[in-house]
Amino acid sequence: MAGTPSTVRTNSRLIKWIDTRLPLFTFVQDAAIDYPEPRNLNYFWNFGSLAGTMLVIMITTGIFLAMQYTPHVDYAFSSVERLMRDVNYGWLLRYIHMNGASFFFIVVYIHIFRGYYYGSYKEPRELLWMLGVVILLLMMATAFFGYVLPWGQMSYWGATVITNLFTAIPVIGNPIHTWLLGGFAVGNPTLNRFFSLHYLLPFVIVGVVGLHLIALRQHGSNNPLGIAVKGPQDEIPFHPYYTIKDMFGLGVFLVIYAIFIFYLPNALGDPQNYIEANPLQTPPEIVPEWYLLPFYAILRSIPDKLIGVLALFASIFILFLLPWLDTSRVRSSYFRPIHKWVFWLLVIDVFALGTVGAHRPEGAYIVVGRIATFYYFFHFVILLPLIGWFERPLPLPESIAAAVTKKTAAAPGAAQSGAVS
Amino acid sequence: MRALAVIAIASVALAGAPIAASAQDEVEAPHQNWSFAGIFGTFDRGSLQRGFQIYNEVCSNCHSMKLLHYRDLGPNGPGGGIGFSDAEVAAIAAQKQVEDGPNDQGEMFRRPGKPQDTFVSPFPNVEAARAANGGAAPPDLSVIVKARGRGLEYLWGEGGPDYVYGILTGFEDKPPTGFQLTQGKYYNNIFPGHQISMPPPLADNTVKFQDGTKATLSQEAHDAATFLTWAAEPNMEDRKQTGAKAILFLLAMTGVLYGAKRRVWKDLH
Repeated sequence: MAGTPSTVRTNSRLIKWIDTRLPLFTFVQDAAIDYPEPRNLNYFWNFGSLAGTMLVIMITTGIFLAMQYTPHVDYAFSSVERLMRDVNYGWLLRYIHMNGASFFFIVVYIHIFRGYYYGSYKEPRELLWMLGVVILLLMMATAFFGYVLPWGQMSYWGATVITNLFTAIPVIGNPIHTWLLGGFAVGNPTLNRFFSLHYLLPFVIVGVVGLHLIALRQHGSNNPLGIAVKGPQDEIPFHPYYTIKDMFGLGVFLVIYAIFIFYLPNALGDPQNYIEANPLQTPPEIVPEWYLLPFYAILRSIPDKLIGVLALFASIFILFLLPWLDTSRVRSSYFRPIHKWVFWLLVIDVFALGTVGAHRPEGAYIVVGRIATFYYFFHFVILLPLIGWFERPLPLPESIAAAVTKKTAAAPGAAQSGAVS
Repeated sequence: MRALAVIAIASVALAGAPIAASAQDEVEAPHQNWSFAGIFGTFDRGSLQRGFQIYNEVCSNCHSMKLLHYRDLGPNGPGGGIGFSDAEVAAIAAQKQVEDGPNDQGEMFRRPGKPQDTFVSPFPNVEAARAANGGAAPPDLSVIVKARGRGLEYLWGEGGPDYVYGILTGFEDKPPTGFQLTQGKYYNNIFPGHQISMPPPLADNTVKFQDGTKATLSQEAHDAATFLTWAAEPNMEDRKQTGAKAILFLLAMTGVLYGAKRRVWKDLH
């Protein structure tokens, strides 16, 4: 039993004894207590830990929901309703899970836009970013499978439309479609496998989140200034500074989340999904959940089915290339006078696509949808590389500490945590 | 970046609106005042019982409510029922004939209903329902209130009841001039496309309320919609009351955390 004794700061001999043999406590001390973070992270850096919290909430509520759920076309709808009516606090479990999907996406979308604005994907964090895109893809698949489970009209017809995309593949499209569904149309085999996958994928997400965190630890968090940490004066330990900041942010988030769970539980859903699936009756309009609407709009904006499907997938896969499409040497848009504004064009574009996706493709919606689809790709493929070349970034501060102390000196006594932290 | 936060929060509120609004090309039903509306809304028990009476005497001749049990109406039902005692629930159930079995001879038999039975459906299957109603099967009413409605009211759960009330009171004896009404259909102001297969189910004095309330069409429609809202989510009162407590707790907790955050960060500023 040679080897190094535990370095955990504790008076407990038992903890020291365990830690020497199984360094769990050392790991927590290094990863969540002493772990150095840039001292200037703003509240947008809360959304990473919020996403992690949402993943835990979704998995725990999901496990209990699965105990009451019957994955069969004849019983799925009524088993969900039985949970809502006869299981103690079943309604609460389901509303937490159902609205949790929406809030998970809200958090992750803000997290992604934060990464984009502050250039968090740039060298040496390319793989960190790409793992994030993998998580997004897995989340979309999980959410899609989950939406099918209550077996309402929109579950059934949403599944029909999305699985139909595979028939666009030339030659092997139809066999693949049949193979995926376990039949020629969405039916009981489809529901069974979607339930299985809906239970599996969250644990795959947990695994990829682990990789995401390993990649994050390698170079540490980016920060609003986008400049590298130059020494200990630029950093503060994770605990207590960011533990308390994350907890406060979580509190604010939970208040908003709870307002939806308790007072607007069905506001983000579609009324059609309270009608049991009926393969003989197409609903007036088939729309996916709001978080997939921008991508749905891209799909529908292109008249050709195959090209539409390719554009749909390209719109997400293009994010993998973002670290190389953005040619600017400067990370944070804070110092990028042009990109700072162009960023907002993308935000507006995505909201426009979302609105188009929610409406029938008629009249102005077609035109707006096509322009917005074009702009989405134009933004990433043309605009972003060009801006990187032509833009003249503002001078970067010497260090994080220098920037922070200068600001504090400029506004003495200003306890505005948003400005400094 | 601060503007992004504003947009993000605003979009949460707005995201549902276009989806709910785009569902159908229907006329938005005029908004009504409901006892269950708002943060502390509760169901008016008298209205619920009158509503059940209407369902029991009128609607249930054509519409099933497969997700409900007679026991749900009693004190041990979800959300505490609609104010009937156990004895009253047993009496209501006993008026129904339920198919049960097979018995030890291998035969199905009929017996009086028990509280644990689900509401007896008027038709044995959807084909029979369709055949008896000119090709359009009357929809199950268990969660109809959640499955209908549009616009902002849908977001906080009042679009469905507005719609039900609108349909029940929206019949016109004569369609507007120039409107081609298909044989066997009825004109309704609120129904999408205005042609509905359901004949006007309610009129003044269609039922005689046991509690002596005057049975105007508007009163009947209001009570029926209230009952159907309860049926769609019997735990709604519990949800809203739990919500008030949960949110108060979260606000207090967040306030304490904010104080702690300020204190911890003070030496850095």
